[in-house]
Amino acid sequence: MSEKGMKLNLKIWRQKSSKDKGGFVDYKVENISPNMSFLEMLDVLNEKIILEGGEPIAFDNDCREGICGMCGLYINGRPHGPQSGTTTCQLHMRSFRDGELITIEPWRCGAFPIVKDLIVDRSALDKIIMAGGFISVSTGAAPEANTIPVPRDDSGNSMDAAQCIGCGACIAACPNASAMLFTAAKISHLGLLPQGQPERKKRALSMVKAMDDAGFGGCTNHGECEAACPKNVSTKFIARMNRDYISAGLTEEPEKE
Amino acid sequence: MMNRLFEIINSSIGRKVIMAITGIVVVGFLLGHMTGNLLVFKGPDAINHYAEFLQSKPLLIWTNRIVLLVSLILHIWAATTLTLDAWNARPVPYASSQRILETTYAARTMRWGGPIIALYVIYHLLHFTVGRVGPQHFEGDVYMNIVTGFRIPYIAGFYIICMLAIGFHLYHGIWSFFQTLGANHPLYNPLRRIIAVAIALTITAGFISVPLGVIFRVIGGDIP
Amino acid sequence: MKIDSRLPSGPIETAWDRTKFEMKLVNPSNRGKRTIIIVGTGLAGASAAASLGELGYNVLSFCYQDSPRRAHSIAAQGGINAAKNYRNDGDSIFRLFYDTVKGGDFRAREANVYRLAQLSNNIIDQCTAQGVPFAREYDGLLDTRSFGGAQVSRTFYSRGQTGQQLLLGAYSALMRQVKAGTVRIFSRTEMLDLVIVNGVARGIVVRNMITGKIFSVAGDAVILCTGGYANTFYLSTNAKGSNGSACWRAYKRGAGFANPCYTQIHPTCIPVTGEHQSKLTLMSESLRNDGRIWVPKKKGDRRPANEIPEEDRDYYLERKYPTFGNLVPRDVASRNAKQVCDEGRGVGESGLGVNLDFRDSIKRFGVQLIKERYGNLFEMYEKITAEDGYKVPMRIYPAAHYVMGGLWVDYHLMSSIPGLFVGGEANFSDHGANRLGASALMQGLCDGYFVLPATVPHYLSTSSLPNISDDSKEFKEAVGEAESRIKRLMNINGKRTADSFHRELGKLLWNYCGMARNEAGLKKALEAIPALREEFWQNVKVPGDSEDLNQSLEKVNRVADFMEVAELIVNDALERKESCGAHFREESRTEEGEAKRDDANFSHAAVWEFAGDNKKPIRNIEPLSFQYVKPQQRSYK
Repeated sequence: MSEKGMKLNLKIWRQKSSKDKGGFVDYKVENISPNMSFLEMLDVLNEKIILEGGEPIAFDNDCREGICGMCGLYINGRPHGPQSGTTTCQLHMRSFRDGELITIEPWRCGAFPIVKDLIVDRSALDKIIMAGGFISVSTGAAPEANTIPVPRDDSGNSMDAAQCIGCGACIAACPNASAMLFTAAKISHLGLLPQGQPERKKRALSMVKAMDDAGFGGCTNHGECEAACPKNVSTKFIARMNRDYISAGLTEEPEKE
Repeated sequence: MMNRLFEIINSSIGRKVIMAITGIVVVGFLLGHMTGNLLVFKGPDAINHYAEFLQSKPLLIWTNRIVLLVSLILHIWAATTLTLDAWNARPVPYASSQRILETTYAARTMRWGGPIIALYVIYHLLHFTVGRVGPQHFEGDVYMNIVTGFRIPYIAGFYIICMLAIGFHLYHGIWSFFQTLGANHPLYNPLRRIIAVAIALTITAGFISVPLGVIFRVIGGDIP
Repeated sequence: MKIDSRLPSGPIETAWDRTKFEMKLVNPSNRGKRTIIIVGTGLAGASAAASLGELGYNVLSFCYQDSPRRAHSIAAQGGINAAKNYRNDGDSIFRLFYDTVKGGDFRAREANVYRLAQLSNNIIDQCTAQGVPFAREYDGLLDTRSFGGAQVSRTFYSRGQTGQQLLLGAYSALMRQVKAGTVRIFSRTEMLDLVIVNGVARGIVVRNMITGKIFSVAGDAVILCTGGYANTFYLSTNAKGSNGSACWRAYKRGAGFANPCYTQIHPTCIPVTGEHQSKLTLMSESLRNDGRIWVPKKKGDRRPANEIPEEDRDYYLERKYPTFGNLVPRDVASRNAKQVCDEGRGVGESGLGVNLDFRDSIKRFGVQLIKERYGNLFEMYEKITAEDGYKVPMRIYPAAHYVMGGLWVDYHLMSSIPGLFVGGEANFSDHGANRLGASALMQGLCDGYFVLPATVPHYLSTSSLPNISDDSKEFKEAVGEAESRIKRLMNINGKRTADSFHRELGKLLWNYCGMARNEAGLKKALEAIPALREEFWQNVKVPGDSEDLNQSLEKVNRVADFMEVAELIVNDALERKESCGAHFREESRTEEGEAKRDDANFSHAAVWEFAGDNKKPIRNIEPLSFQYVKPQQRSYK
């Protein structure tokens, strides 16, 4: 690489609004430091576009440290780009070659309509949580924290699932655009804890229903979601969700009218 | 109550469960079918007597056929609707080709493997059970039908290729069976792949051995 | 401006209970008729919205992100303090109270801090019941660790993602209320202004960030939980979207702004690599438990770290503070790092960095143990810098992280505008001049779960709040003003981007009002900032359309406010001629060069009052008195 930094060819999806058809636009950037994050590279491009009188590329981002889950670009055929266990904001330009062509697309999923350019509307995920991704304890009603011991392994497993940042990469990666890993992570996070037991069955039933209603696809056990997940949430939680759902479906009494 | 059961079955997970259970019913049938087929290596009497024995038990054979048919219909129903759901879930595809990270060839070919296998099954029934396609049909002489059928290279080849397709389908299907029914535990997870490979391999190898046997004259070598 | 902090009288131990008892309640059947507007969905905002929703109020919750779950509380790593004393190591509510007052360098209210320490225990109970997967011991009970040099082990944590788990807990409680119909969420909606009717906060003006539509919302009370303004520095550990606009608009509508100069610079961040840098990443300061901080003894020694022999290394914290060594508080560690870099002894390409070396700990404990303790931090460091911290020393440098200053609030967390409440980092309340590690999460949740749900209803039941609709005169005026400001920004059509102005502002602030401040520098900043602001309003360029999703417009609008916030920060720093906590005035030092507090003249909170555009703001004072913790000079020698 030359002193002047990397040169890159970019092919970026531009779409004015949800109603617009959209298409790819080619861009070139120069003088890119390998120490830049991927989003900083886009910042550089946007500054250039603005000064040239164009409209910058819209993309979601916020914390830029891999935890808020706001960013998410489909880069060269992979959600969050080539590095595993990494969000787009933590991906650095040293993962690319000088002169490389980089294709950037938004998440593609019917339940995530495109808002503008690379920004999609992920409120479907909030709806899944709303359906039952909580423990119904009102403020003030909690017992002393150490009253209920939680086996260390359960708590660790629960934390493995709870690490989900809700970015939607699992859905973007899934050949069926399925939200099962996201849903399973929340169901398992709560279902693994004693505090989550009273509502465990109802939660599985209502969250899966919300997931189906939102228009996500089903799981065909490809494992792409786990591979794309920046927090490495395991597909074992999908198995766990299936277990919870089946047993809840067979045993939970229907709600009385 | 029924409403609720219907809702559960109709959910994305419910239909997967239906796929898994009906799939396993078919796997059971295939194991039986394959074992029966191996009798052909013992000569014409063994397999023809076995066929006669089956024909003499209409209750058994029809129960078998109905269970199998219902399973296949449910399996195809679940597969079709889930596939349509998946297509609807991503109406606009990606422009860049998806980088494959985790999924296997077997997993990716499930969706096209299914219809191909279905077409094969129809051909297979017309060939051996009804006798409408393929070479001259010898009513009641299974052995002769096998030998004359598989002596034709393109028929043998077609069967072998279809058996391989079924093998892949079974491998991912059996592995998925565990995952779908929630059997995922670090202690016995390594076993899931092994069991899937073992069953898929046994069934495929068992079935393929017959056309291969015919081609290499291990079966019916005495028939001109 | 009338400064009435409504502090309870009598013994501090029972002050909050007595206050609660004296508060008026709202009849459950009337609660649904009361609308409470809450801006921000971080720990304070989400927990307040959920708790008030549970009580039956009609809550409207606003956030600029696409989902309430993304607020920047999510990035907190270390943990949350509570005085549970599960370790039997001598902790108590009083000790947590004492440590927090002392850590804040005696610039916080005793009564507020005591309440915080008391409620810390309820927070842990609440979060555990919600399913926050706190770390556990083998017996299944809650694990704790000691944090930020505390002598007791009182920090509860969920791996390195405590903020995330606590926020997801509050978010799930919030979503439960959305389902129950008590809370309505407005995501991707940014507050532009506060609406005041008859001297009372009655609503806000917001912009839908997708359609660009500006509209107003009326209610009976407004709660701002919009976080801090550390992004005034441009480079900070805050999220890119974090901004000070909501609080700033409230300030310009008459709310007092307290202690704006108290900005915390966190010592263990990953250094800047170049002009392109858009934000800084913090690594938990727990790294200082086992890492040794050093720079070369000689100026300009550019040898690779591992080739510098022991005798050429200066472990400056261990040398200067033999008792605390590398575990000195954040402000001391940060200041010393700046000092050695100013001397030309900094490491890394930019010379703005110091080594954090694990060589000796690895020798002593083995790589495995270090991996167990800090594995995720080493991974994060490698992801960002492509360097292996196990083999070569990490490089760290301080970065703006948190602000102790914020909107002034009384004991009820109400600002100087009746009906405007402020929670979490947005208010100035509990941390004094310096915040201790693992205290921010505690304060945010304390405000949101327990304080606001008690004090806001009291306000509602004791105030006369006539019905009001958002088409009344005041609302229409406020919307009009917001629209014309946006129009004005769109029409400048200059030659520089918002980011370029923001970067320049940040550098000014960092250089003249960063870790160490002096009169000459602050005065220079007071000349440079208004000049930059002037240029901004004539030469900034906003592309696109205002009636559309326009991230440049969002940025410009926030930067316009940062330009003014910066000036207030500097004004406050200039007036506070003492060194205290995070605010180090070079003129106010001990003979050894350490920070010297001036209790005789500055034992107060400075409450700034807006006096009009381009007019010097008025500095009011809330005196502080200490009855339980005797002020003393902090010493870490």
